[in-house]
Amino acid sequence: MKNFKPNIDWQDKVIDIEDLFKSFGSNHVLRGISLEVHKGENVVVLGRSGTGKSVLIKIMVGLLSPDSGEVNVLGQEVPTLSVPELRELRLRVGFCFQNGALYDSMTVGENLAFPLKRNTPGISRAKVKEMVANVLDAVGLSQTIDQMPSELSGGQRKRIGIARTLILRPDIMLYDEPTAGLDPITCTEINNLINEVQQRFNTTSIIITHDLTCAKAVGDTIVVMKEGKFIKRGPFEEVFESKDELIREFYDYNFIQ
Amino acid sequence: MDSSSGQPEKPVVSRGLDNFFLDIYSIFQFIKRFFREALRPPLEVKEFIRQCYMVGYKSLALITMTGFITGLVFTKQSRPSLSEFGATSWLPSLIAIAVVRALAPLVTSLICAGKVGSSIGAELASMKVTEQIDAMEVSAINPFKYLVVTRVLATTVCIPILVCYTGLVAMLGSYLDIHLNEHTSFVTFFQNAFKNITFLDFGTTVFKAIAYGFTIGIVGCFQGWRASQGTQGVGKAANVSVVVSMFLIFLEEVVIVQVANAFR
Repeated sequence: MKNFKPNIDWQDKVIDIEDLFKSFGSNHVLRGISLEVHKGENVVVLGRSGTGKSVLIKIMVGLLSPDSGEVNVLGQEVPTLSVPELRELRLRVGFCFQNGALYDSMTVGENLAFPLKRNTPGISRAKVKEMVANVLDAVGLSQTIDQMPSELSGGQRKRIGIARTLILRPDIMLYDEPTAGLDPITCTEINNLINEVQQRFNTTSIIITHDLTCAKAVGDTIVVMKEGKFIKRGPFEEVFESKDELIREFYDYNFIQ
Repeated sequence: MDSSSGQPEKPVVSRGLDNFFLDIYSIFQFIKRFFREALRPPLEVKEFIRQCYMVGYKSLALITMTGFITGLVFTKQSRPSLSEFGATSWLPSLIAIAVVRALAPLVTSLICAGKVGSSIGAELASMKVTEQIDAMEVSAINPFKYLVVTRVLATTVCIPILVCYTGLVAMLGSYLDIHLNEHTSFVTFFQNAFKNITFLDFGTTVFKAIAYGFTIGIVGCFQGWRASQGTQGVGKAANVSVVVSMFLIFLEEVVIVQVANAFR
């Protein structure tokens, strides 16, 4: 559970999705999804693997296009944006990939400096160095600055991935399976980091996961996805009072009684 | 944006033929995008220079050895036939024509298709399957301009330079053999060698090299860019890059030689 009260503005919708459909050939992944996310809120999207959770957040940043429906992010209708408009929006929406997606050919420091230098023309070397050091400090990995991604552990890669996203100071963070494949201690560290990001930068986040412990630790609101639809929405305790079979199965697997 | 949802579920003619025409369409779209992005400033100068270093400088040792041996062996193999007619004095001229018109561009581009094409295909494919290209995209960086345009420009610029270098090294290999056997001086060798080389020969070779360089770059990038299926996709991208590049190089050679011969 969180040890702070999140600063959520329930009047300010930063993400508003209406009746979203997406198919890959005959595979209907999203079947009429609607979702509202408010400023400062951490929303956890919970569901089994392959239910289209990642597709949902990829649509939000324009990596995939929807078949139909409205996707409004920070007041802009994503599917209708031109390429330059989409790039402007992406500066305000951070995306943390499941495996970090760090650039193999660059050191950790270069990985962090790369998006900063590219998106801030004229920024001084000293400023870049300072911001890289600050963000590495925020994720607790200052010592890895000269290491290559291949030298990092899975948890470190994810934290550097989060740091690379944070360096652009986004308004929204999208986390794709942040705790998948990690040991319980590292999972707790990642959960704490997600909460710290929310508290320190007042970011709005969507966390895609199938890890109930993560959902409980970081989520202000939980939405449960089943067969391309949201079947339940609410705070953790409320959602998990449900008698739905899928939700019970999640409970049983995660030993939460 | 993706196009995956637009795939037809049932083949129009047959699955294989449909895919073949879809591939042709995709590569033309890819080339069109390359020119659009390449002509739109700014150019990624640092990355372009880094790629030139990888394509050009890192290939020098292999190209030097291959070029030298090609010139030397070709001279050795040609001597017996010319000796039968007492025409060994034609050797420098024969070697120069062969090297400039065909051997230098073909040998260089085939080596680069294997070394550079596979490396580009594998690198981009690996970036694709590990979501590094998507990571660039969501960081508001244009990955096509940064990764594809720089690599294709680097191969298009560096391979013609490597071809000229290979030609020179091959001629040195040939000179060594001729000097050891016929005791011809350096000046006489090169005077005889380039006596019959025309501007058309040189111009055609440079044009060919540019075409081969572009082909190697664009095929490698295209295969890497559309890779899927994890590590299997990386291997496939590297392999297909080499095979398709080599096939297209031979095809272009035939066409360009036919056109060049029409002007002789």
